[in-house]
Amino acid sequence: MATEDPAILTMALESLLIEKGLITSTRIDEIVKNYEDDIGPMKGAQVVARAWVDADYKARLLKGGRKAISEFGFADPHGAELVVTENTDDVHNVVVCTLCSCYPWAVLGLPPSWYKSFAYRSRAVSEPRTVLKEFGLVLPESTEVRVWDSNSDIRYMVLPKRPDGTGEMSEEALAKLVTRDSMIGVGVVEA
Amino acid sequence: MDRDIDAAVSGMVGEVALPRANGELLFEAPWEARAFGVAVALHQQGAFEWKAFSEALALEITAAEERGEASGYYERWLRALRRVATGTELLTDEEIRTKSDAVVVETEHDHPHHHHH
Repeated sequence: MATEDPAILTMALESLLIEKGLITSTRIDEIVKNYEDDIGPMKGAQVVARAWVDADYKARLLKGGRKAISEFGFADPHGAELVVTENTDDVHNVVVCTLCSCYPWAVLGLPPSWYKSFAYRSRAVSEPRTVLKEFGLVLPESTEVRVWDSNSDIRYMVLPKRPDGTGEMSEEALAKLVTRDSMIGVGVVEA
Repeated sequence: MDRDIDAAVSGMVGEVALPRANGELLFEAPWEARAFGVAVALHQQGAFEWKAFSEALALEITAAEERGEASGYYERWLRALRRVATGTELLTDEEIRTKSDAVVVETEHDHPHHHHH
C-alpha cells in the first residue's frame, strides 16, 4: 500500500503543506540543519546546570571532568580526560583544537563546522578577542582570555557563568538556557 | 541560531523523546529528517501547540506497542503528524490519499526499478 510507505507519505504531506503555503522546503531544511547542529550539546548543558546548583558537584567537575560526567552515565569511549575550565568575572575560557578537531563530544555531540575550520583553529589562538567579537561576544578589557588547545588525550569544556536573575530556576530549566557555544567559550549564557 | 531551537521539541522526555546518538539527533533515513522538519515547521508557523503533537505521538506509540508492531519512532511520528494535520483541518485524508498516489506515480516514473511494499 502506497500510503503505508513512510517516505511516500512524508513527501505527500510535505508537498500538500507547501502547496497550501503553510511551510516552505527551505524552512524544513533550516530546521533539520539547526537541530542537527544545535541540540547535540544537551548532555553538556545538563552537566553545567548541575554544577550551577550543586557546589559539591561543581567541585568534582572541576577536579576531574571525566569522572564527574560519568555520574550522568556520559563517557568518552576513547577515555580522553575532560578538563572543565570555569568562567568567572575575571577569566573567560575558550576551547580550540589547533591541530585537528578534537572536541569533547561525549558532552557536546559533534563539533560545529566552524570549529573544524582552519580560520578558527589558527585565529582562536592568535587573536581570540577578535574571534570572540565576530561571534558577538565583547569582553571587558580587564577580563583575561585563556585559550585551551585540545588534543587526543585531553578535551576541554567551558563551564559558563550562570546568568544573573536565574536564582529561582530549576536545574532542568537552567539546562535549557545553556548553549553549545557557551560551552566552547565563544558565547555566554543569557537568561 | 540557538534561539531557533525550541526547548519544547528538543526537551521531550520519556517515550516521546527524540532518538539520539552521542547527543545528536538520529535520523535513519532522509524521510525521517523531513518528517521531523515538517512537524516542527508547522508548529513554528502556529499551526498547533507542540503539546498537542507530543500527545498525539504518545498515543501512536502506545497504540503501536499494544499491537506489538515493529514500527520505528518516526513511522509513529508520521502517523501523529497526519492525525494532527487532519484533526486541525490543515489537510483532509482524501487530499493525503490522492497526493500519495500521485507521489507513487512520480517516483515510479523517476525510478522505474523502485518497488514499494
